[in-house]
Amino acid sequence: MSLSRREFVKLCSAGVAGLGISQIYHPGILHAMTEGAKKAPVIWVQGQGCTGCSVSLLNAVHPRIKEILLDVISLEFHPTVMASEGEMALEHMYAIAEKFKGNFFLLVEGAIPTAKEGRYCIVGETLDAKGHHHEVTMAELIRDLAPKSLATVGIGTCSAYGGIPAAAGNVTEAKSLKDFFAAEKIDKLLVNVPGCPPHPDWMVGTLVAAWSHVLNPKEHPLPELDDNGRPMLFFGDNIHETCPYLDKYDASDFAPTFTKPGCKAELGCKGPSTYADCAKRRWNNGINWCVENAVCIGCVEPDFPDGKSPFYVAE
Amino acid sequence: MSQAANPAADGKIKIAIDPMTRVEGHLKIEVEVKDGKVVDAKCFGGMFRGFEQILKGRDPRDSSQIVQRICGVCPTAHCTASVMAQDEAFGVKVPANGRITRNLIFGSNYLQSHILHFYHLAALDYVKGPDVSPFVPRYANADLLTDRITDPAKAEATNTYGLNQYLKALEIRRICHEMVAMFGGRMPHVQGMVGGGATEIPTVEKLAEYAARFKEVQKFVVEEYLPLVYTLGSVYTDLFATGVGYKNVIAFGVFPQDDEHKTFMMKPGVYIDGKDEEFDPKLIKEYVGHSFFDYSAPGGLHYSAGETVPNPDKKGAYSFVKAPRYKDKPCEVGPLARMWVENPELSPIGQKLLKDLYGIEAKKFRDLGDKAFSIMGRHVARAEETWMVAVAVEKWLKDIKPGEETYAKPEIPDAGEGTGFTEAPRGSLLHYLKIKDKKIDNYQIVSATLWNCNPRDDMGQRGPVEEALIGVPVPDIKNPVNVGRLVRAFDP
Repeated sequence: MSLSRREFVKLCSAGVAGLGISQIYHPGILHAMTEGAKKAPVIWVQGQGCTGCSVSLLNAVHPRIKEILLDVISLEFHPTVMASEGEMALEHMYAIAEKFKGNFFLLVEGAIPTAKEGRYCIVGETLDAKGHHHEVTMAELIRDLAPKSLATVGIGTCSAYGGIPAAAGNVTEAKSLKDFFAAEKIDKLLVNVPGCPPHPDWMVGTLVAAWSHVLNPKEHPLPELDDNGRPMLFFGDNIHETCPYLDKYDASDFAPTFTKPGCKAELGCKGPSTYADCAKRRWNNGINWCVENAVCIGCVEPDFPDGKSPFYVAE
Repeated sequence: MSQAANPAADGKIKIAIDPMTRVEGHLKIEVEVKDGKVVDAKCFGGMFRGFEQILKGRDPRDSSQIVQRICGVCPTAHCTASVMAQDEAFGVKVPANGRITRNLIFGSNYLQSHILHFYHLAALDYVKGPDVSPFVPRYANADLLTDRITDPAKAEATNTYGLNQYLKALEIRRICHEMVAMFGGRMPHVQGMVGGGATEIPTVEKLAEYAARFKEVQKFVVEEYLPLVYTLGSVYTDLFATGVGYKNVIAFGVFPQDDEHKTFMMKPGVYIDGKDEEFDPKLIKEYVGHSFFDYSAPGGLHYSAGETVPNPDKKGAYSFVKAPRYKDKPCEVGPLARMWVENPELSPIGQKLLKDLYGIEAKKFRDLGDKAFSIMGRHVARAEETWMVAVAVEKWLKDIKPGEETYAKPEIPDAGEGTGFTEAPRGSLLHYLKIKDKKIDNYQIVSATLWNCNPRDDMGQRGPVEEALIGVPVPDIKNPVNVGRLVRAFDP
């Protein structure tokens, strides 16, 4: 991987306030990244999702998506980006999973429906030797690929925790990776990068940390994960505690409507029960973030959306 | 792509492309080819999540957040439809500044979506990428620019021009999202639009930041996107003559230009059987004859009486997409439909290039005639519309009043209903909201992909993409590139 030192520091530090590089990032990692020519093989699959996580990844700034695609990862399968289609795309994916068995990252966007043998999400079809068409479900794909991966990464709240497809009222029995692994007895390292969508830095940063660990495990231990499988590096902060409006909260200076100044707690802000570094990192190249604009709806949390709903009523 | 081992006795060869990649969502296309041309086609929508059930019983205000997760490429469109339905159901009057702020948020995502579509979803059907993943593998006989242009030096130069733009467009679309986030809070999935208006009052400073980014995007559209589309079309002239479809189009209207929603940047309208008509929402019905859903009674249903009961075991069904019809006819939606209905003047660069490269004197969109209803015609419509949106954004930046109120706080009624009609970048979109006891009692979504990528209806009529596939040339069944080109031209 070739990232400049400056780019890497920018990725892991959160804007002006500066989150700082966690201790897991020994300076040796920078050497590993600039010297190591190996790109991380990545298979990115999509289940019951909206492609929002993929689109968010395209918004990466430090490093830019062009550098990520050409220098950081080898994106072997991605339904929205790759040139190939149909059987050729699936054959390539299965071939890569064999070729890099135990050495590729499986990135999963979207939940896994389990009702009706998984037929609420068909991801492709293969043809057997007799010429019979076989529909591949998302469930079958995960069952096949996850055990062969080095690690499986739940990209976004749908794959990490179930998210909106698994919300109350769903009829598809949508599952998170963790619940699917438990039901299918799949034993594989699972890392969650939740968010609806996740910030591009969270996705790229987690991959870089994990791949650095692979390249040099002694110097780079695996990133510390919280009880919900999220890297502490990005999900260790409470939004409310790090919020620039905290002094307004302390002074009981509450905004009566969206367009009036003050803390947004009474408008339904879920910052107090939400853990991510949004307040420091901000979104879209630092342009804005949810609480400055309106409220936090707690999209990185395992109980999103049901536990955060109604979104516009105070907790 | 998979194909049956042996052609059937009637000489037809069935080809399935699953997954159809570089589209949002899960799509399978099956075509039957005879004598080098598609003679029948089916569109399979392979995923169901159940938003309409999940929304039931929730606070109506939550809908504008939940529905954005239908599509991460066009969340602002779903948000717009939802907040318009809320405005009506709540009986709230959005301040003029709120309407314009919403247009600035939604408009910048239009720019993003059209650019992302052409460069990052469609262009690899023509431009040869570098020989690394995700640009390989690709079809062996892919009919790319480098295959079409006989002079090797010119072929290489043209392809490099396209590829450099692919990479630059990654930057440009990211900048568009920074514009969305300026007043939307973040993107994908904005916070900034709610029932009653917009949550953030634009300041002079933020408008300047927005305008600076916009200038860069506008320059790209005029100097690179439009010329590339017309240049590509001049190499693939045959693709102006394939993928006709029904030539029935519908548009709901988008970007209200006044507070009563009487005028739009792109007007509502219908063009059926060669005649222009007023759009009347009462004439919409959804059918499920070949969709994995059960209705309580046979026939089509108006969305206000809509039912969503999935049944993946249903005999004869092949898609999770319902089949919406207008006056019981399948209608195409999207940039081509909007441009045909609006029939605006083409961009100066478009008019010039049509004359220089094609020898066509065209002033207005309909001057393109039958060429509009084609694979390339749809790309031209999208690129020309991008230019129009840029012109509109310039106007909204003049209309917006820094520091003035953008939001009127609504009261949630015990009961009420509202419909939000808008146009996603990829086509007509409506959300219907019915409130009972201050909660969502029924929520129905009829999206662009439903209009374009639907299966056969109860009467046996093909969906618009299925119909447009008829006649598409497939000279080499192992490399059915034109099938993907046609489907992607719709931006499903």
